[in-house]
Amino acid sequence: MVDGIHDMGGMDGFGPIPIEYDEPVFHAEWEGRVYAMNTAIGAWGKWNIDAGRYGIEQMEPAHYLNSNYYQRWLHRTENMMVEHGMLTRDELEGDTAPSGPRNQALTAEQIFERQRNSKSARVAEDVAPKFKAGDCVLVRNIHPKGHTRVPRYVRGRQGVIDRDHGVFIFPDTNALFQGKKPQHIYSVRFSAQDLWGPDAPPQDKLYLDMWDDYLDAV
Amino acid sequence: MSTEHDHSHLSDTDLRVRALESLLTEKGLVDPAALDEIVDKYENKVGPRNGAQVVARAWVDPDFKKWLLEDGTAAIDSLGYTGTQGADMVVLENTSTVHNVTVCTLCSCYPWSVLGLPPAWYKSFPYRARLVKEPRAVLQEFGVELADSVEVRVWDSTAELRYLVLPERPAGTEGMTEYQLVDIVTRNSMIGTEKVAMPAGDA
Repeated sequence: MVDGIHDMGGMDGFGPIPIEYDEPVFHAEWEGRVYAMNTAIGAWGKWNIDAGRYGIEQMEPAHYLNSNYYQRWLHRTENMMVEHGMLTRDELEGDTAPSGPRNQALTAEQIFERQRNSKSARVAEDVAPKFKAGDCVLVRNIHPKGHTRVPRYVRGRQGVIDRDHGVFIFPDTNALFQGKKPQHIYSVRFSAQDLWGPDAPPQDKLYLDMWDDYLDAV
Repeated sequence: MSTEHDHSHLSDTDLRVRALESLLTEKGLVDPAALDEIVDKYENKVGPRNGAQVVARAWVDPDFKKWLLEDGTAAIDSLGYTGTQGADMVVLENTSTVHNVTVCTLCSCYPWSVLGLPPAWYKSFPYRARLVKEPRAVLQEFGVELADSVEVRVWDSTAELRYLVLPERPAGTEGMTEYQLVDIVTRNSMIGTEKVAMPAGDA
């Protein structure tokens, strides 16, 4: 699913930005309930944030495009709960009455506490960086079938390490429950012209956070 | 987007969400009172005023500003505003020659602990698709006109670092207190899609 519809950077045809002013946090009550259910269910710790993102990326493209943000979250939360044994598909669709032992729901304080304890993806491990600020790097042209955080528009492009952010969980493996594979993340600077061609303003830049495993030395 | 189809589509979603909440409650997987508190937190407690306080402090305190730009996480944590989707923070300073603006092309990553939940436009397909490729055109739609001499820097949040833009302090605000400055800092200015303006009518 890596080359999925979610990887939107640089696509044309979506029209103007739908700017609103003084808009509500949630545009309908159900949006807030989806947000809160996702948070409360996420706090059970059955999956991680990378697996959750991967859950959305696996939506069929037309479904993705026809859903708003919280509809995509709803789809993800439902599917992940079924996948991880918290619900059956039949229970979800109302085809059978709920069964199995009743759980003890988490209180808001328990949920917030669990969030505080897992808020950072930083890993306290001494992993050597492959690059330092100023190094020229080439983004690997990779198309893994699972989850990745390297957008199509930078693959195969050359950039410069701007700064080293330290050691973090690697999402490509973490999303598939294959381990944290801790490694450095860098801000990598690209010139707009290197990404978008000679019509882009020569002075403009883009910065993306890239893990060691996405980069080769030039 | 105001067709009957959309209306019925959202109503279907509304019904589905209600059914899901009933089911999860019955199975003891969620507590509706806890859901109420989570909604209340993001509707009423965690929002852009957190970020505005960070910005106002940086505008009046040069030592804090230096710390904020060098170690955004520690400086923001000193005010109590790190947290979920804002644990590891990077602050980007806008100046007369550099204009930073943030996006998440792959999903909608956003610094919740300093800005609250993202506005719908930030999560929209046009913003996610276009900002990286034509930032000046997107900024024009927000009313931001940038001279060719200004370098635009677009930050695509692909990792768990979360970005906060430190907007330029507008000229004419020298006499304002930190407390007054908090009120003029807009959410969009901390994303990079607005400049902070002097409050209308103030000398």
